[in-house]
Amino acid sequence: MSTVLQADGLGKRYRRNWALTDCTLRIPSDRVVGLVGPNGAGKSTLLNLAVGLLTPTCGRIDVLGARPARGPAELAKVGFMAQETPTYSGLSVADHLRMGAHLNPSWDRRFAADRIAQLGLDPRQPAGKLSSGQRAQLALTVAVAKRPQLLVLDEPVASLDPLARRQFLQGLMEVVAEQGVSVVLSSHLIADLERVCDHLIVLVASRVRLAGDVEHLLATHHLLTGPRHDRLPADMQVITASHTDRQTTLLVRTEQPILDPSWAVEPVGLEDLVLAYLEPDSHDHGRPGHLIGVPR
Amino acid sequence: MIEFHLDARSGVSPYRQIVDQVRRALRLGLLDEGDQLPTVKDVVGQLAINPNTVLKAYKELEHAGLVAARPGVGTFVTATLRDASVVAHGPLRRDLTRWLAKARRAGLDEESIEALFRDAFRASVEQDIA
Repeated sequence: MSTVLQADGLGKRYRRNWALTDCTLRIPSDRVVGLVGPNGAGKSTLLNLAVGLLTPTCGRIDVLGARPARGPAELAKVGFMAQETPTYSGLSVADHLRMGAHLNPSWDRRFAADRIAQLGLDPRQPAGKLSSGQRAQLALTVAVAKRPQLLVLDEPVASLDPLARRQFLQGLMEVVAEQGVSVVLSSHLIADLERVCDHLIVLVASRVRLAGDVEHLLATHHLLTGPRHDRLPADMQVITASHTDRQTTLLVRTEQPILDPSWAVEPVGLEDLVLAYLEPDSHDHGRPGHLIGVPR
Repeated sequence: MIEFHLDARSGVSPYRQIVDQVRRALRLGLLDEGDQLPTVKDVVGQLAINPNTVLKAYKELEHAGLVAARPGVGTFVTATLRDASVVAHGPLRRDLTRWLAKARRAGLDEESIEALFRDAFRASVEQDIA
């Protein structure tokens, strides 16, 4: 399986603060990857490193088999949409397309024009007069018309209303279906990610907490409820544990079937799964079998 | 052509919902042999879901011998799930509609009607097994 992004011990420091620490990651190609994490977790830093707008403080990152933005060939392979859907407010829609055509040798004029027409945008309209949803669609059109192999989108739907958000994701999924482009996008909206992503990365406090194909993550995480257990099960990784005087509830990760009949086993939704990993006291390195210090 | 819809809160995976909706359409005769399923691009453009989800659903239907993909053209229905019982659907539906009206008149809300139906359905299935 080929790889779109590979990071080894990647780190980025701004003055004294590490924005990203010891990031080791491999993203297979042909995925739509969701990048989630609290504000300040390092999502934008990772994306900016991936497109070559930042250089690593330590470690290395390869995108499509080469150092990001090393030369024109590398630049042509990656489409990027920065946060706040950047467009030039004084320039018209047509100007944006003209600029894209000048700057990108692989520019697909036909696709760009068709997509603008399909969106019902007036080419003469200045970008500053467009709605935020239309601006996002224009920025997506520019990023896609250069025919990249990888699209990197930093919070593309954060500022959009629910309808514009849905329309943006519809357009993005059409592009993925049509062009087979790999996508990495960051978002806080897990419900959206659940629909569109097949690979997930959870970043917390500048570190990768969880990464993998969504289907595999959902198949290997389970919610266990049962009578109070004071000793955590030894054969699985416990992500979160909570107790009442009578009951214990665990979110666990295991490749093995759960045979202990004292547990009721239920599947976990993506949202609950992500939230569990975002919890500051989640036992992400949960030592199997260790005692829980909860007073009875 | 049919159109899919997704219930995000059902807890049923999107891929499973698509498979179920095609099977239901085949059972009710909304889809027939030779009919085309919506293209992957159309489905993802409508539902904003990952194309692989649709491909997986279509592959499972293909595996079950219900549809076949013609490369470059689309996916077409090759079998139907409709059986001889379909002639009985009309009268049964009328009975059911009458029963539903009666239940509403008796003051049952949607949730109670569904619970009652499920309960009776399960009981009758269990009786058949026993």
